[in-house]
Amino acid sequence: MSSETITSREYITHHLTNLTYGQHADGTWGLAHSGEEAAQMGFWALNVDTFGFSLALGMIFMFVFHRVAKRVTTGVPGGMQNFVEMIVDFVDENVKGMFHHQSKVIAPMALTIFVWVLMMNIMDLVPIDFLPKLGEVFGLHFLKVVPSTDVNITMGLALSVFSVVIFFSIKQKGLGGFAAELAFHPFGKFGLPINLFLEIVNLLAKPISLGLRLFGNLYAGEMIFILIALLPFWIQWALSVPWAIFHILIIVLQAFIFMVLTIVYMAMAFDDH
Amino acid sequence: MNINATILGQVISFSIFVWFCMKFVWPALIGAMEERKKTIADGLEAADRAVRDLELAQNKAVDQLKEAKQEAAAIIEDAKKRASSIVEESKDKAREEGDRLIVSAQAEIEQESNKAREELRTQVAALALAGAEKILERSISEEDNRDIVDGLAAQL
Repeated sequence: MSSETITSREYITHHLTNLTYGQHADGTWGLAHSGEEAAQMGFWALNVDTFGFSLALGMIFMFVFHRVAKRVTTGVPGGMQNFVEMIVDFVDENVKGMFHHQSKVIAPMALTIFVWVLMMNIMDLVPIDFLPKLGEVFGLHFLKVVPSTDVNITMGLALSVFSVVIFFSIKQKGLGGFAAELAFHPFGKFGLPINLFLEIVNLLAKPISLGLRLFGNLYAGEMIFILIALLPFWIQWALSVPWAIFHILIIVLQAFIFMVLTIVYMAMAFDDH
Repeated sequence: MNINATILGQVISFSIFVWFCMKFVWPALIGAMEERKKTIADGLEAADRAVRDLELAQNKAVDQLKEAKQEAAAIIEDAKKRASSIVEESKDKAREEGDRLIVSAQAEIEQESNKAREELRTQVAALALAGAEKILERSISEEDNRDIVDGLAAQL
């Protein structure tokens, strides 16, 4: 914000507003200048900041891993290969521990989720005002740096996972088997309407909880950083340093949970009840 | 906090990343890791085998050494026996030879003494005959008394 006398409320709102590109009320396309304006753009608008960061991080991830994969050696691995192999091995062990079927998709998907979500979460540790101030220099009014604090990003991931789960459920059990699972559980065929209701709620709870858990955790963490940033500058370190250290745990844990739940849902899709 | 097209963008990029990872990242990495695991396992197994082989070879060497020692001891024993038997044999031979020499010497001595005695006897007979001849020179002719003299000589 250019004004020198910004209130706490303005500061917080500013930090929680996405840089949104969409159609203005007057019909022209462009960046929204306030939260309200962004809301008026409706569905066909893009959060340039979070989506951009998420895409960039994903590309960095793919670039690094692909480079390592291309030059991979079966001999003594170098530093980067060692690091990548450690992550791959960790993911592979988790997948093998929870998922006992044959699938070419699940392990790469789990790896993508783990590393990508982890990278998106790590953006939370970048000092809160650093990138937004840098953005202001380039004329960007808003800049939300942490992609996983955007519900669109987390729900996008969760819905993707959910679609894959549904796809494999139907592929494994057939459309009839999948429907039967919804209809004849848990009360047998005489409780069909209740079964259907319960199972559909259960089914829909999966992606929602998956996406909102990640969003909630990171959003809350970001919020605390914003609140700490409101304190006088000479005392901020006393709170932000411990919170950042604690947050390292949250960051890894949330990425891990997202991956594990993906594997579990996939295992449920493959398992027969 | 608006739900907007970002969600679609995220779904699309996620699908692309997963596809990319599945195609170009995961198989190469996991393949290399599996191969390395196998190589290491093979190496460890080979090392184990080498240790076992070494132990076996050592045992064999010890056995062979023991055998060689036993053989050498047997050969030495044999040689000693042989040597003593040779010594014994030559001793016997020498003794036999000596005995033979003694016997032959004795026989020669006997022969010589017999010969001497014979000679002596003839000489004594001749002497006695000469004596008697001298005594009886005139009365008795040599031819008449020859048989008596020969009989005397035989009795000697």
